[in-house]
Amino acid sequence: MTILSVDKDADALTLTFVAEFAADVDRVWQVWEDPHQLERWWGPPTWPATFTTHELRVGSRSSYYMTGPDGTKAGGWWLVTAVDAPTRLEFDDGFADENGNPDDSIEPVHAIVTLESVDGKTRMTTLSRFVSIEQLEKMIDMGMQEGMTLAMGQIDALLVD
Amino acid sequence: MVVHEVTDAEIDRIFQALADATRRDIVSRVLVVGQSVTSLSEHYDMSFAAVQKHVTVLERALLVTKERRGREQLVHSRIDTIGRAQTLLTAFEQIWAQRARRIDDILAEDP
Repeated sequence: MTILSVDKDADALTLTFVAEFAADVDRVWQVWEDPHQLERWWGPPTWPATFTTHELRVGSRSSYYMTGPDGTKAGGWWLVTAVDAPTRLEFDDGFADENGNPDDSIEPVHAIVTLESVDGKTRMTTLSRFVSIEQLEKMIDMGMQEGMTLAMGQIDALLVD
Repeated sequence: MVVHEVTDAEIDRIFQALADATRRDIVSRVLVVGQSVTSLSEHYDMSFAAVQKHVTVLERALLVTKERRGREQLVHSRIDTIGRAQTLLTAFEQIWAQRARRIDDILAEDP
């Protein structure tokens, strides 16, 4: 796996992440489509995800929760808004309580995933669009419960005072 | 975007401050809301005094400030909004980098 590029837009609050995998497009689509594979990579190892419903069909709602080391649960949901298997997927990624009830007080993050075949490998682009800093904070809180590692490359950002 | 001139000594302090995993973790935890040293201590297998020392290092590097509230001292991030957005996006980038590694592990299992 090679990370080809990462584009962060602090004004638009978007992140575009491009990685290349040594597998064909159909195979990479499976890690998104098959809930058993999806739950092996969506959450960090210390906060594994469990998808109780998941189907890549427009209008379909996925439901999942992540379980922390102390048993704490953090819930989430997806609403699939566009699918063109096996190359394109769009969904809203929202928050839920520990019982899976959607938390409407915070807007979902919109995600666009594209898979393209390049020289027998698969280039995966994920674009995440946030609407507010608070939402971004919450998403990170959920995605990285075990404690994130700040890259040295962001020293510039830290210097802004 | 750097508002004040940053001296070499300050940059050294920032690098030293962020060279430690616990201190990086403290910076990330107080990005969202200020937290007391007591509540920060709950996340680490070390004494209150040791966490207090880490906070002092971050304070000297101008990464956090402490504010007294009642009997507690709240540790706050000093990163402003755009800086926060940048930092948070970098954190989100890390989430994706980790996810991509896990996807790669799954793909590697194929015969």
